[in-house]
Amino acid sequence: MSSGFSDYLRRDLLLALRRRGEAASPLVFFIMVSTLVPLGITPESARLAEIAPGIIWVMALLATLLSTDGLFASDYQDGSLEQLLISPQMLAMPLLGKITAHWMVTGLPLTLASPILGVMLSLPDEGYLPMVASLALGTGCLSLIGAVGAALTVSLRKGGLLLSLLVMPLYMPVIIFGSATVQSAIDGFAWSGPLAILGAMLAAAIALCPLAAAGGLRLTSIN
Amino acid sequence: MNWLTNWSPSWQWFHRLGSPRWFYQTTGRWLPWLSLLALALLSTGLVWGLGFAPQDAKQGNSFRIIYLHVPASFLALAGYYIMAIAGAIGLIWKMKLSYMVMKSAAPIGAVLTFLALFTGAIWGKPTWGTYWVWDARVTSMLILLFLYLGVLALQYAFHSNEAGNRASAILALVGTVNIPIIYKSVDWWYTLHQPATIKLTSAPSMHPDMFQPLLVMILGFYCFYTVALFLFTRAEILRRERNSTWVKELVMGGQH
Repeated sequence: MSSGFSDYLRRDLLLALRRRGEAASPLVFFIMVSTLVPLGITPESARLAEIAPGIIWVMALLATLLSTDGLFASDYQDGSLEQLLISPQMLAMPLLGKITAHWMVTGLPLTLASPILGVMLSLPDEGYLPMVASLALGTGCLSLIGAVGAALTVSLRKGGLLLSLLVMPLYMPVIIFGSATVQSAIDGFAWSGPLAILGAMLAAAIALCPLAAAGGLRLTSIN
Repeated sequence: MNWLTNWSPSWQWFHRLGSPRWFYQTTGRWLPWLSLLALALLSTGLVWGLGFAPQDAKQGNSFRIIYLHVPASFLALAGYYIMAIAGAIGLIWKMKLSYMVMKSAAPIGAVLTFLALFTGAIWGKPTWGTYWVWDARVTSMLILLFLYLGVLALQYAFHSNEAGNRASAILALVGTVNIPIIYKSVDWWYTLHQPATIKLTSAPSMHPDMFQPLLVMILGFYCFYTVALFLFTRAEILRRERNSTWVKELVMGGQH
């Protein structure tokens, strides 16, 4: 676990700790936007319960997407990204460290806060454990996939909107299996199947996404 | 890279293919024939399919849009792989020509995907009773359109051609890894949510009288795609190589 993984993990966590307001905004976004759903659709708990799994997953996806933009942005601006690129170590490991830190700052709080939203959107009781489990695995996938998009757009001045265009189609399998996990638990079926597929996607993403992000950073930000 | 160059002559064509000038001149010779072939195949297929193929027992004449819908969907998918492979060749061998092919494949593929979705919607109205259905294949095609649009948007976001090329090549490759996953997951999602009211008419194996014009149309679309790809790439070559002598001579001399 050397080769830069733990160093960059610690560094990015420390940076997030010092900029607490910035780090908390995806979580606040997640909770606030979910409040819009009862206002926009219906406060009736029976109908809310029906759509709660999908809504919570869509909101988690959007919140992650919102924060992905900043994954490499500050490093690019202050030049430390360039230092990382010219360092002799394999680029994928430090990137994996950065992505893990990103997940611990965005995906993990979302996962931990999701039961509160479940209560507010009257999610049926059987749905809580699958929701937390699927969000824990799924937000990891989202951070990893988002990192590839962030690496490709980091040198662009207005990369944020473009990033969401690039990454959204790649997110679709994750949201399908994420909400399927919760939904099948609520419907009384075994939910280990879709969860296992989410885990497989996470494993594949851990193996491939840092490499793709490394390629993206190398090829687009050094001219 | 030394072993590659020493490995001639089997690799010579590959290196020659990397020269935009060679590509421009060769395709210039092929284009008239290819366009003629595409035109012949498309008009034969259209007249045969729309005018002479037998009616469908259940769908009547409305099934005839299959002669546009299926070839367009075929090439929308194949086009993504052509784009991704061209991007990969560009990344690996640093050939500027293959980047130009990749850039040209993106808008053509996006338009074909849109055409497939559009004709599908028109076909859906008489068959399913609605223009849009969240069917597994329709949804995957929609996601494919988004993937194309992403590559296009990324390509044009960069000021320098080089960075835009490499970024969109990587995105196209990431998309290629994802396409099978997306297809499988959309399939799963659809079986989970299958709506009870709409039944897809499972197409029975086609009658040869209907199938033959379809085959002609598919071949015609392949030729048409190649013509379009050549034309787009040639325009791109002229744009990017505008400072080279041979392009200047070509444009100033006014000869083909």
